[in-house]
Amino acid sequence: MSQAGRIDGGLIDRSQQIKFRFNGKWMRGFAGDTLASALLANGQLLVGRSFKYHRPRGVFTAGSEEPNALVQLRDGAHQEPNTRATMVELFDGLAATSQNHRGSLEYDLLAVNDLVSPFLSAGFYYKTFMWPKAFWEKLYEPVIRAAAGLGKLSMQNDPDAYDKGFLHCDLLVIGAGPSGLMAALTAARSGARIILADEDFRPGGRLNAETLEVAGMSGADWAAQAVAELSNMPNVRLMTRTTVYGAYDHGVYGALERCTDHLADSGGKPRQVLWRIFSKRAVLAAGATERPIAFGNNDRPGTMLAGAVRTYANRYGVTPGQQVAVFTNNDDGWRTAADLQAKGVNVPVVIDSRDKPATLNLPGVKHIAGEAVMDTVGRKGLKSITLTNGKVIPVDALAVSGGWNPNVHLTCHQRGRPTWRDDLCAFVPGGELPVGMTVAGAANGSMTLASALAEGHAEAAAQLKDIGFKAKKSDIPDAEDEPRDCAAFWHVGESKKRAWVDLQNDVTVKDIKLANTEGFRSVELLKRYTTMGMATDQGKTSNIAGLAILAEEAGKTIPEVGTTIFRPPYTPVPIGALAGRARGKDFRPYRLTPSHKWAEENGASFVTVGNWLRAEWYTRDGEKGWRDSVDREARMTRQSVGICDVTTLGKIDIQGKDAGAFLDKVYSNTFSTLPVGKVRYGLMLREDGICYDDGTTARMDENHYVMTTTTANAVLVFRRLEFARQCLWPNMDVHLISTTDGWAQFAVAGPNSRNLLRKVIDAEHDISNEAFPFMACGNITVCGGVPARLFRISFSGELAYEIAVPARYGNSMMGVLNEAGAEFDAVPYGTEALGVMRIEKGHATANELNGQTTALNIGLGKMVSQKKECIGQVLSQRPEMNRDDAIKLMGFRPVDRTRKLIAGSHFLNKHDPADMDHDQGWMTSVAYSPNLGHHIGLGFIKEGHARKGEIVRAVSPVHGVEMDVEIVSAHFVDPEGERLRG
Amino acid sequence: MIINHPLLGPRDAAEFVYLGDASLIDRPDWQDEDAMDQFHAYGYLRDNPAGEHKELWYHEQGDRSWLVVTRNTLTHEITNVEIARDVARARGRDK
Repeated sequence: MSQAGRIDGGLIDRSQQIKFRFNGKWMRGFAGDTLASALLANGQLLVGRSFKYHRPRGVFTAGSEEPNALVQLRDGAHQEPNTRATMVELFDGLAATSQNHRGSLEYDLLAVNDLVSPFLSAGFYYKTFMWPKAFWEKLYEPVIRAAAGLGKLSMQNDPDAYDKGFLHCDLLVIGAGPSGLMAALTAARSGARIILADEDFRPGGRLNAETLEVAGMSGADWAAQAVAELSNMPNVRLMTRTTVYGAYDHGVYGALERCTDHLADSGGKPRQVLWRIFSKRAVLAAGATERPIAFGNNDRPGTMLAGAVRTYANRYGVTPGQQVAVFTNNDDGWRTAADLQAKGVNVPVVIDSRDKPATLNLPGVKHIAGEAVMDTVGRKGLKSITLTNGKVIPVDALAVSGGWNPNVHLTCHQRGRPTWRDDLCAFVPGGELPVGMTVAGAANGSMTLASALAEGHAEAAAQLKDIGFKAKKSDIPDAEDEPRDCAAFWHVGESKKRAWVDLQNDVTVKDIKLANTEGFRSVELLKRYTTMGMATDQGKTSNIAGLAILAEEAGKTIPEVGTTIFRPPYTPVPIGALAGRARGKDFRPYRLTPSHKWAEENGASFVTVGNWLRAEWYTRDGEKGWRDSVDREARMTRQSVGICDVTTLGKIDIQGKDAGAFLDKVYSNTFSTLPVGKVRYGLMLREDGICYDDGTTARMDENHYVMTTTTANAVLVFRRLEFARQCLWPNMDVHLISTTDGWAQFAVAGPNSRNLLRKVIDAEHDISNEAFPFMACGNITVCGGVPARLFRISFSGELAYEIAVPARYGNSMMGVLNEAGAEFDAVPYGTEALGVMRIEKGHATANELNGQTTALNIGLGKMVSQKKECIGQVLSQRPEMNRDDAIKLMGFRPVDRTRKLIAGSHFLNKHDPADMDHDQGWMTSVAYSPNLGHHIGLGFIKEGHARKGEIVRAVSPVHGVEMDVEIVSAHFVDPEGERLRG
Repeated sequence: MIINHPLLGPRDAAEFVYLGDASLIDRPDWQDEDAMDQFHAYGYLRDNPAGEHKELWYHEQGDRSWLVVTRNTLTHEITNVEIARDVARARGRDK
């Protein structure tokens, strides 16, 4: 296809031709083109189908506000839907396809929606698809989703890399148009560290799109000169292709830099970087966005904003048509006519809704004053326009200007409310701006060039002064203030045809009137009922006209109706960029136990416990399933000896003169009386009296304790102890440090545990039952002098120890223990066997300490000392928590021993109905006990011990299972505790 | 948000963990006559001011200081940051 739309001039490089594909068809453009400008150059006016009615649509704008020209970019896994063609830099081999049509773009089968449009007005979902109810999920929604909408995902993993980064600056300048460049120059010359960010790949903003002069040269040349100066300054970071999308607290801004989107291949570099910018001050110079006027069939391809037509002509050397009419309600629209004419494009007519003389004197251009366009013809490309005076004018493009809206978006991100300015017919920044932000140029309502330049300088100078820099007396370059009169003319009332307000969501003037009639009169409701201003463009071209029409209908002024405000992001941010490197295994870091390598080499499979990977069991030759391995490990441990890495339990080193007294406060039981060289089980409560965490704490020395916590709560308990130490008892002499990572710790359990350890622990340490009884602890050495700690504690209920060595010895210690244990047939065991043995012994863990249960419930009521103060002590005495029929932790076994218990089953008395009124409690933990040969369970049941021997029903409606179970002691194995003392 | 740590200077809020109302420092005396009522209020009742709020933040990814941050809940403006231990002492926490 030839570039029929190409005209002279522009900031493109005609020596660099670029080939690209649109819907499979090869086309050509030039370096410096966007996809939109290249499509227009190739005469491709039709670029997509609309959201609801599948109307043919063309490029409407030249910037990030584009509502129509959304395309699917690239192929395969790299493809990205809903990309605005106006923001895509052309590169060699670029492939784009149009969206939202069934069949070809030219012959979309779903265009039938357009014919039934009377049934698809605002709120049609709510009205039409009400009955029957079941149809919504199965029929209506899938059909609507398939018919309406935007692009499609590749459904493959995104192969691109994304990054995140942090930047700091004295002054952040957002937008590199005339006021932004001026602010940046002023700040940069003062020596302040600045960041200048612009979403475009070529800084300059409207200077690149207009024919206005600055300092006696073209605006684009002046911008290039300013950029050249800034680029050479070490205190300036110039960030093109970077959208500052959000203004957050305390001068923090979010920005998305598109690093390789303009390249055919990223070359392995991050595609986009999400920046968090910490600024002392910021100048928002985001410019303004032009808005259309609503009239009949104003959505046809070839209809475009007047400023965008100018951008295409002046910056890209492209015209959307050969006969271009201009329809405006303001002075600015006239410049489109002038610029096009200067480029040799025929402008037959300027229709100005205002009844006033021509803004510019343009020979050969007919001026029609006080009239408007009310209809158009040409389904896939404009053929003619019809005026309110009935006149039909043949044209192939129409440039529309309804005035300009300051881009106030970022000023609203801290809930600042824009205020209405009658002279501009627009909202300008108002209310409280984000801390440290000021606004300059068109974004602030200074819509003319000279005023924008002056304000950019002034705002930067004021900001600099606040943070201790002195702006040099920069010369503000000469420029003119162009005429900017604008009429409050929003839509053409004479139009009988549908007139679009929001092109992206197919919202028409009629929809807004309907919403008002049906009572959706607040702007917030209007937005949600009609969907106006939603989706990727966030109503950048449509919101104000929508408000104006609502105001007109309601007989109010626009300020009375008010405006919706904006929240981040300004333009869409890909999920990939928000995720950054945190994907796959990096999404959630995991920790390895010290013996991980040994476990891997010895057949372990692993389970995630908190952030840790722990061995869950070790598979031996011939074992067919996990039960074989777990049963063997649990059985062998009780028969001889087993070894388990328990490093993941939290370890907190507590030292200081008041360490004992401090522990008395945070544990429900007493630790100050614990002798040196002894360990005690401790139970922590929450302040509301509910159980929080448990573990053992050893007194290593007079003023030195070592606490263990559960794996899951290690961080939380530490945080809580720090709170107690700093905020509740601030004068105690007590110091904490987490040593979870410092020590590798292993449980060595079973009747042969002492015999095994005897071979490993250096001979001078006596670990006989007399010298080192149950609950003893001490510093020892192993393997010829390696420092270690030994604790005689037991989770399994067997004669057992935990031995700790500095973490760097952890992996070899696991090997040494297993080798030393070979003569006893020692087994390494994992978390599953650990769990089986603790259920056999009736020890509570997280299933029982579930945030709802008290010390009384788990059978440790006596542990809450009434003689001293501790966290949770007072509220644990609340009567409701101490009822006689309170639930108690008990053991359960199936009456039919062959049956498998189900955790979560609820207990019911024999003949009671299965409802919550008759609930007796629930099963918390179940396991198959290889030592007993049947399933066992722990659970809470009302009145507990008093009901020992009773048969109740365990019911799990979720599984559809019900069985009789017998209430027994929770201590299935060695209830008297003889083994662990032996 | 940025919290101006009294010892470490301005730090990103992501380094901190939020707890809540700084009244949690004022833990009642367990031996008071009406200790149960006081602990009930301490545990469950909070003011929810639209405006200035004193609250506890923990510098978990830092020096482990608990801080009392005075923050405006409407604007997020932070007007004061104190070491919680100093506040606790000033409020007469005895031990």
